[in-house]
Amino acid sequence: MELARFERLSANAWRMPAQGAMRVPVVIYASEALMRAMDDKVLEQATNVATLPGIVGASYAMPDAHWGYGFPIGGVAAFDPEQGGVVSAGGVGFDISCGVRCLHTGLRREDISRKQNELADMLFRRIPAGLGSTGAIRLGEAEMDAMLTGGARWAVQRGWGEEADLERIEEGGQMKHARPHAVSAQAKRRQRDEMGTLGSGNHYLEVQHVSEIFHPEAATRFGLQEGDVVVMIHCGSRGLGHQIGSEYLKQMALSAAHYGIRLPDRELACAPIASEVGQDYLGAMRAAINCALANREILTHLVREVFREVLPQARLALLYDVSHNTCKVETHGGRKLYVHRKGATRAFGPGHPELPPALREAGQPVLIGGSMGTGSYVLTGTRESESLAFSSACHGAGRAMSRHQALRTWKGRAVVDQLAARGIVVKSPSMRGIAEEAPDAYKDVAAVVDAADAAGLARKVARTEPLVCIKG
Amino acid sequence: MTAARWEHYEHEADVGVRGYGASVAEAFEQAALAMTGAVTDPDAVRPLERVELRCEAPDEELLLGEWLNALVYEMATRRMLFSRFAVQIRDSRLTGEAWGEPVDPARHHPAVEVKGATYTTLRVARHGEGWLAQTVVDV
Repeated sequence: MELARFERLSANAWRMPAQGAMRVPVVIYASEALMRAMDDKVLEQATNVATLPGIVGASYAMPDAHWGYGFPIGGVAAFDPEQGGVVSAGGVGFDISCGVRCLHTGLRREDISRKQNELADMLFRRIPAGLGSTGAIRLGEAEMDAMLTGGARWAVQRGWGEEADLERIEEGGQMKHARPHAVSAQAKRRQRDEMGTLGSGNHYLEVQHVSEIFHPEAATRFGLQEGDVVVMIHCGSRGLGHQIGSEYLKQMALSAAHYGIRLPDRELACAPIASEVGQDYLGAMRAAINCALANREILTHLVREVFREVLPQARLALLYDVSHNTCKVETHGGRKLYVHRKGATRAFGPGHPELPPALREAGQPVLIGGSMGTGSYVLTGTRESESLAFSSACHGAGRAMSRHQALRTWKGRAVVDQLAARGIVVKSPSMRGIAEEAPDAYKDVAAVVDAADAAGLARKVARTEPLVCIKG
Repeated sequence: MTAARWEHYEHEADVGVRGYGASVAEAFEQAALAMTGAVTDPDAVRPLERVELRCEAPDEELLLGEWLNALVYEMATRRMLFSRFAVQIRDSRLTGEAWGEPVDPARHHPAVEVKGATYTTLRVARHGEGWLAQTVVDV
């Protein structure tokens, strides 16, 4: 990306003033190297977002921003309903509430070394992963609606999960104001057999060890020590969320003119928050958030069952669960805003009232998944992030190369062997999928996290490295 | 005549699918093949079972999105992959057929799951003597 159009606010913050149809500036948080490597399309899309009605502050992009659809991935934008603000299906993404959760195991690295292969085999057998896989749970109509309203709380009530997990999930595990009736029969049909499935593409389940601590005080509060074994799960709202995203994208594209919204591009399709389409989408999207939370809770239950058999001394306790494709109503500067985070993580600072007592002093855990076989990170929210980007941080590494190019560069089997030589066991139904997700097809997650830390969006707490990776 | 063919084009996170054909309908068939190509090698998918699809939209570009999304829905709910397509378009109404078989991970090695068709770089336009139809699919 050409840097001449930006004013540099600090070593890791760049601002392009509002011009033309833009209502607010674009602000990107990244190091100079990440900025130079960033696709021009990020600025183009962030600029388009800045033209939408009711946008507040700036159209933000996180250090891992890349070319998305409509909004950039790694984009954050807040809208004021009092100022004609909008809600956008493309601003949330198709995989609504895709996110990451991290579980303690109570085990140390040496506890699992002799069981690593057995654990990998058993997880791969029990966790439905990849295209076409189905879960053991079939939801009828009434149960589907109960799940869409209840989220992870519903899963716990049905025996898939533990009560103590709930306070360590955003929204207490249950997104309020979900409207199952705004979810189409097709979306529900797509989900019928997909509860408790991991999905495909970049979704994974990893057993990891804590390899480095950067912030001992926060790490202690999070219960993390070097050498600890944790589990990270990355997945979302499965077919239901995808179908809702597709359907409302079309509906918003068709209704925009009716609401007097001039779209610079159809991909920006949106509707006023205070409109029928806007309200229906918000109700459906919240139902999809509950679906994702329930899904990750059920997966956690399956993981606990596996650990109980293979390593009965383990005790899996949830550290935290974050969603990185959402639109949520939050109060910022005394105003109620609709904050879109697409490929961006909420990062509430210490003292935030929405955090459970055990985490209130430390700040919200921000979980950053690395690419397959590289490191992941645990960060903590900062107070200053509130004024930087409505309390938001990055979400992952971001691709450095297209799937197509990755496929021409690597063979899945060779990637598996290379990772095995480094002590990492990878299991997947698809060798082609492994090639497309090869570690080097992604940007350096360390550079992204360092930029988020240096910019003040969140503070680095710990780094983890994989021991077992189940890839969908 | 524009020969029927498909290709992928670069998108940072997702996949661009593009079909060429002598008619809009043929370009749509090829774009559908390109979408299958994002998941697996279309030559590995046997056209054993037939599924009928119908959709409509106010213009050809939105119709492309609807067509691809209708296929995504059938792929997801039937757990199938498709490798042969026949499309007819009349007055913004599409009737289509898709032939394929159930997903077999051991044979198809499905790399990704297509979540849906986006409107990013969405285009249905003349290309030489024929047509091209393209968009980015979220995977």
